[in-house]
Amino acid sequence: MSKIGSSNPVIKWIDHRLPVFTFMQHELHEYPTPKNLNYFWNFGSLAGIILVTMIVTGIVLSMHYTAHVDYAFDSVERIMRDVNYGWLIRYVHMNGASAFFVVVFIHIFRGLYYGSYKAPRELLWMLGVVILLLMMATAFLGYVLPWGQMSFWGATVITNLFSAIPFVGEPIVTWLWGGFSVDNATLNRFFSLHFLLPFVIVGVVVLHIVALHTHGSNNPVGISIKNNDDQIPFHPYYTIKDLFGLGVFLVVFSWFVFYAPNYLGHPDNYIQADPLQTPPHIVPEWYFLPFYAILRSITFDILFLEAKLLGVIAMFASIAILFILPWLDRSPVRSARFRPVYRQFFWILVIDCVILGIVGANSPDDPVFSGAKWFQYIHLGMISTAYYFFHFLILLPLLSIFEKTNPLPTSINEPVLGGGKATAMAAAKPMEKA
Amino acid sequence: MADSTGDKAVSQKENVETRRDFLMLATGAFGAFGMGAAIWPLIDQMNPAADTLAASTAEVNLKPIQVGQRVVIKWRGKPVFITRRSKAQIEDARKVSLTSLVDPERDEDRVKKPEWLIVVGVCTHLGCIPLGSKQGEKQGEYRGWFCPCHGSHYDTSGRIRKGPAPKNLSVPQYTFVSENVVKIG
Repeated sequence: MSKIGSSNPVIKWIDHRLPVFTFMQHELHEYPTPKNLNYFWNFGSLAGIILVTMIVTGIVLSMHYTAHVDYAFDSVERIMRDVNYGWLIRYVHMNGASAFFVVVFIHIFRGLYYGSYKAPRELLWMLGVVILLLMMATAFLGYVLPWGQMSFWGATVITNLFSAIPFVGEPIVTWLWGGFSVDNATLNRFFSLHFLLPFVIVGVVVLHIVALHTHGSNNPVGISIKNNDDQIPFHPYYTIKDLFGLGVFLVVFSWFVFYAPNYLGHPDNYIQADPLQTPPHIVPEWYFLPFYAILRSITFDILFLEAKLLGVIAMFASIAILFILPWLDRSPVRSARFRPVYRQFFWILVIDCVILGIVGANSPDDPVFSGAKWFQYIHLGMISTAYYFFHFLILLPLLSIFEKTNPLPTSINEPVLGGGKATAMAAAKPMEKA
Repeated sequence: MADSTGDKAVSQKENVETRRDFLMLATGAFGAFGMGAAIWPLIDQMNPAADTLAASTAEVNLKPIQVGQRVVIKWRGKPVFITRRSKAQIEDARKVSLTSLVDPERDEDRVKKPEWLIVVGVCTHLGCIPLGSKQGEKQGEYRGWFCPCHGSHYDTSGRIRKGPAPKNLSVPQYTFVSENVVKIG
C-alpha cells in the first residue's frame, strides 16, 4: 500500500498504520507545482515560518510575563533587562508582528495582481481573509499586554468602537472590559485570548493549505496546469527557492531586530499606562493605519446612522469586501499580465492604500501641504476611502464587462520554452533560458 | 410503536407529523435550552465581577475646591471632572439655545446644584480624556474641555458643541451626602 520509496522497515511499519510519510511525500515532495512561479510566491511559506516563530517566541515570553496592571509593565522591562536573551526574544516577537503583516500584505496583493482569488480558489482566498482578521485581532490584543500608554489608550479607543452599536453598544463594551474601563480584568482576558488566537490561526492555515493543495498554486500567467510539461515537483525546486527567499527575509528582519528594534514602535509605549492621562496623539501600529484612516474618514451622519457607527462599519467593510471579491471581479482572465487596464488600476489601488496609511498616521485637522491650509488630511482620507470602495464595488464589475484582455498563452510551458513574445525575450536574455 | 410498520410507512408517505417528529422537536428544544443555560455562565463571567461592582462608589470632600476650580477624581477606573462653577460659567451654560446643541440638554437638567458640575471625563467619541481640567490646559472654543484625540469641544456644562463626539459628557449618579461631601455612584 505504501507509496514511499524508503526501504527502512521502521518507516514502512509506521506508514502502513499511519500514512504520515506517504502524506509528506505527496504534499511536500511530489506535490506538482507550476514551473513558472516567481518570487512573489515565496510569501506564503514565509508567512507560515513567521507564524511558527511568533508562537515559539510568544510561549517563551509568557513564561516571564505577568498579566496584572501593577506588574505587566515591569515584567516586560524585566524581560528586556534581566531575563537571559529576553531582549532578543521580545524584539523578535515585536518586530515579528510587523514582519508578519508586511509579508501577508505582499501575499494578499500578489493574489490581487495575479487573480488568485478566482475559481476554483474562492474558498482558499476567503480562508485567507479570515486569517487576516484573526491576525489583526491577535496583534491588537498583543499590543495591549506591555501596558504602556499606547497599549492602554489603543485598547480604550478600539473597544469603544463597539459602543457605536445601537442599543446594546454600552453593555457590550462593559462586557468586553469586565468593568467600567480598561483595567485588570481586561488585561487578563486579552492575555488569555492573545495566547489562544494564534492556535486558531494555525487551524485556519491548515484549511488554507488543504484548499491550496486541492487545485494547486495559481501562477504568473494565471492559466491552469494542462500537462506534465507545465509542472515540477515541489521538492527540491520550490523548497530551495523558498529557503533562498527566507534567507533574504532574515537579512532584512535581523537588521530591524538588531539595529532598529523600536523603529516601527511608538516611544509612548515605554511609558506605563495612566488611565487619567491621554497621550496627545493616539496612533495605532503602522499595519492598522489604513484601516484607522477609513474609520476616521466618515464624519457625517447618513439618515439615522451616526457618523461614529458608519466609520466602524466602513472600517470592517473594507476587509469584508474582500470576501465577495471573487464575485465582484468576473473577468475570466486571472493574471493582470493579460489585463492591461486592470493592471493600471491595481497599482492605483496600491498607491491608494499607502495614502490611507499616511492619512492614518497624521492628525485629521493638519493640512496635507503647508501651502494649502484648506486641504487637510481628513479630506485626503475621505477621497482615498471613497476610491478604495469605488475600486472594488464599481470599477472591478465594470472592468469584468468592458476590458479587452490580451491573448493568453496556450500553456504555462509555452512562454517558458518558446513561442511568440516570450521567444523574443528569451533571445534577448539567453542566460535565463538555461 | 405497537402499530404495524405498514401504518408507519403510510403516514411517512403522506408526510404527516408523527410522534417521532414531536419527540425530535421536544428533544432538540430541550437540548438547545440546556446548551444555552450551560453557555450563559461562560459569557456572563466576562461582565464586571462583584468586587468590581462593590468598588464602584466614591466619596469626595468638596470643601477645598475654590470657585472656578476643577478637580479630577478616579471613579470606576475613569476620571470624573468636578467643577465649582463661577457665576459667569453658569450663565454661559444657560444662555445657549437648545436648538444649537448637538445633543440638546438643559444645563438645569445636568446639575443638582448649579455651582457643582459633575461629569464623567471620558470623551463620548472614542474614550479619550479631554483636556481643560488642569491650569493651563487647552479648554477648547467653549471654555469647557477639549479632547485632543479627534478635536471635540465641550462647553461649561460638559455638552458637546463641536467635533466628532456624538453625546454630552455623561453625568454620573451622585448624591450630596452633606453640604460638602458628594457620593458618586
